[in-house]
Formats: sequence, C-alpha cells, structure tokens
Amino acid sequence: MFRNQYDTDVTTWSPAGRLFQVEYAMEAVKQGSAAIGLRSKTHVVLATVNKSNSELSSHQKKIFKIDDHIGVAIAGLTADGRVLSRYLRSECINYAFTYESPLPVGRLVVQLADKAQVCTQRSWKRPYGVGLLVAGLDESGAHLYYNCPSGNYFEYQAFAIGSRSQAAKTYLERKFESFTNSSREDLIKDALFAIKETLQGEKLTSSICTVAVVGVEEPFHIMDQKTIQELIESLEIKEEEPTDQGEAMEERSPEAAPAPMDI
Amino acid sequence: MDSGKGLLASELDSQRTLNPYVTGTSVVGIKYKDGILMASDMGGSYGSTLRYKSVERLKPIGKHSLLGASGEISDFQEILRYLDELIIYDNMWDDGNSLGPKEIHNYLNRVMYNRRNKFDPLWNSLVLGGVKNGQKYLGTVSMIGVHFEDNHIATGFGNHLARPILRDEWKEDMSFEEGVKLLEKCMLVLLYRDRSAINKLQRRSDWWWWCFMEIGEVDVETRKDRSYLDSGDYEEVTMNKSCSSPRTSAGATLIAKITEEGITVSQPYALKTFWGFTAYQNPTKGAEGSW
Repeated sequence: MFRNQYDTDVTTWSPAGRLFQVEYAMEAVKQGSAAIGLRSKTHVVLATVNKSNSELSSHQKKIFKIDDHIGVAIAGLTADGRVLSRYLRSECINYAFTYESPLPVGRLVVQLADKAQVCTQRSWKRPYGVGLLVAGLDESGAHLYYNCPSGNYFEYQAFAIGSRSQAAKTYLERKFESFTNSSREDLIKDALFAIKETLQGEKLTSSICTVAVVGVEEPFHIMDQKTIQELIESLEIKEEEPTDQGEAMEERSPEAAPAPMDI
Repeated sequence: MDSGKGLLASELDSQRTLNPYVTGTSVVGIKYKDGILMASDMGGSYGSTLRYKSVERLKPIGKHSLLGASGEISDFQEILRYLDELIIYDNMWDDGNSLGPKEIHNYLNRVMYNRRNKFDPLWNSLVLGGVKNGQKYLGTVSMIGVHFEDNHIATGFGNHLARPILRDEWKEDMSFEEGVKLLEKCMLVLLYRDRSAINKLQRRSDWWWWCFMEIGEVDVETRKDRSYLDSGDYEEVTMNKSCSSPRTSAGATLIAKITEEGITVSQPYALKTFWGFTAYQNPTKGAEGSW
C-alpha cells in the first residue's frame, strides 16, 4: 500500500538509519534554481539564477540583505527562505541594539542551524525546505556558510546549491585556490562564470541572474542590473578567444549519490 | 487609610533599591598614550561611615575592558555577575570574535536603562575604559542610563572636583608617568575635599589610604616616595608609615591601566597628604551656622 513506510513523519527512522522527511527537504533545495557563493580574504560574492514560473510572471527574489554586513542567497522554497531571512534580520538587529556592533557571522549561522535542527526532531513540525548561502564579514574576516534543512552547516571558500549546481561546483572546485587573493572584480567575474555553468548553454543575461557583494568598506548590496549586463558583455568578448566552454560541459559528471546527510 | 503607616509599610516591603547603603565614591579615568588609566579608592561607606576599607572597585572585564564603579557596592557586584556570564558566553564561542569596550559599554547602558525603566535602578555610576585593535575607548553610564564617551571621565564628586583639573591639564598622548601624576593630583583633591566640612574628624590620616590598581612599570615603593606635587606647600609632608598592609587600610588608592598588552592593577597605596593648610586649621571659619 505505501511506497515507503518510514517517511510519513519527520522523526521516524528507517531501518537503514535515515530520516526520509529530512532528505526530502534537502531534495527541495536541489529543485530550486541555482545559487552560488564565493569569497576572497576581503569580499564575498553571491549570485543566483532567476527563474520565473511563466512568461507572464516576474521571478522571485533569491538574495536577501540581512544587515550591512550579512546577506543570504537561497535555493528551495522561497517562502521558507523569507521566514528565515526575517529571523536572521531580527537576530542582527537585536544584537546591534544590545552591543551597537555587528553580529559575528559564524554565530548567526549557528543560531540558524539550531533553529533548523529543531524542525527535524519534532513530530508536529516540518523541516525548512530551503538551503541558504550566508555571506558576511566580521572581525575575523569574510565568511561564506551553507545552511542545510537538516540543521547542518558548513563553511566554504566557494559553493553552489540548487538545480544543476554540480556544474558550477565543478567550475569553482577548479578555481577556488586562487579566490583567496582575488580582487572584488575577479570574484564577480568568477561568480558569473559559475552561474553560466548552471544554465546549460542558455544565454547568460542580467535579467536571469542576481549578483550581490559584501566586503571590507562595502556594505552588503545587490548589484544593479545595468552594471551586471555590462560585465557580462565584457566577459563574452573575452570568452570568444579561448574556447574552453565545451570542456566544462563535458566535465560535469552525473551526480554521484553521496550519503544524503553529508550535504 | 493611614497614609503614614501605609507609606512606611510599603517602604519596608520594597523589593527594590530605594536608596544606596554601602557606597563607593568617585572613579576617575583618562586616556593616555598607550590606553586608559583609571583610579579609585577602596572605601565602602555605610552612609557617611567609612565602613569597609578594601573594596576593589576597578575590575577587568574580558581582555579589552576595565570597569570602574562608584555607588552601591552590592549593585556593582550584581553587574559584575552579569558581565562574568557575558564574557564566559562570549569566550565559549571560541571563534576569534570578542566583545570590546564599545560593546561592553553599550551593554551596560542597556542594562542600566532597562533597570531604571523598571523603577529598580542599579545605583551606580560606571566608567568603562578599554583598548581594542589599537582603538582607545573611555565612556561612562549613570544609574539612569545617561551615557557618553570622553577623553577623561569622573563620577560623582569627581565630576565637580576632578574634571575641571582634567579639562585644564589633560592632553592627547600623555605618557604613563604624566597620566598617573595627573590622576594622583585629582585623587588628592578628592581626598581633601570629598567630605563635607562637618566631617572634619575624618581627617585622621589612616582613613585616607587611597588605592590605585595597576600592574606595571611603577612599583609601590617608588610611588610612595614620589613627591606628588612640587609646590612648596608639601615640604612638611609626612607619609603615614603605619600602613604596612595597605589593602586593609581605608583610603588606599588603586590605579588600573589597560593597554593593548593587557590590564594591570596596582597594589593599593597611599597618597602623600599635607594637612597644614590654613584652610584646615579652622575649616568652619566663614561658614556661618556650621559646626
């Protein structure tokens, strides 16, 4: 009668030691349109692919400013992402009220992860169906974190989530070692290239991507569309000379199935 | 209803501080070349009785901050408990971030203002100094949440007696020695004047040990022998040699300094005093009606 006896409740284990509802929530992240993030010592760049549901509708916002020093990019259920963004904003503003200084990024991420974890351990709740890339700057430098519906969180040099993010990850894995000392401009370029990888040949335009930056002396902000379009055009000219576009396409391996809780 | 009895009863039942009991007097703090210097005495007065003689009112808060308090001692102890918890929680993250003097000052301001809004104030004036990332910080919070930063700060009587001196004589980038000398001058004036004239009996010299907290270059002995003010008035100065254990003597002075390297607090020591001024011979002269 049931396809799966063990997935009707978040808190029910399968005999194989898995929590199916949590895994389904993480699957929701993979279904969402891609979001990527990468960082140098001084800057973090977030970029997302905007997908509208129909020709007639606009796309949904996927990057949220949390505070002057923190921003997030989401993949998965936008509605859940907005709820969590509101939580993050209120944590930041409360900290600023008490201490008149910005909340350290790592601490915010732990609070967010704790919040997400509770939802995996209560029978009357459901996990959040959204993955967040948290970009921020504090006294220990620039940071990029990934928060998962399972309550796990990881710090990254560069990361990509959402549909076809594996292509972007491959691109980032090949280049991440140079990111640490990258300039802000180079980071943005790499962000656009990584986004392009997820489009599978579709043309990259400023209308289907959003880019945001935070860094030293630069409060978190979403870059305006015109600047992005100009950047994309300048990159296209350069790209026509070396043709390694196809190479990246071949490198994309069919997604090897990792243990779901690892990501 | 019998209003007199009612009022009395309500005061007896009160769960909040209606007036302070054991209090500490002024704290003075200044910025200097390498950080912040702060001075206070070690007295704890029960009303106008100098009841306790070794109360430390300058305390290090975490790595970057130094807190000085005047006012109700038990409320200060409560504040210290809050701050201990705060600093431990902050350290537990172990993530390379830490609360600096600015954060602590703002936190204290929130605590003080919040309590006054409950009509249950913490009866203190606080001085918060510190250095973090090369940035010097010196600020104050009052029992009702008035707060500000300045290059030099004093609480209580110090506002009237020490700050005019500081306004005249404080300058940017004073050396440690200059800073200590300036603070000692302020403390000496406070020592002479921070009692109303009717308390003339309190001029017993062993009541006037002042404690400075400091862990640093100038050791206690050299400071004891220092000629504090070069004016001729001090030729007849005699040190109070009876204070072999300064910590238990009233009026001991503490100087604390905080720099990028850390916080150091001096052993308590006494300021040299001179009581031969004519103004002290007959203090009530010209004050009609005083005893």
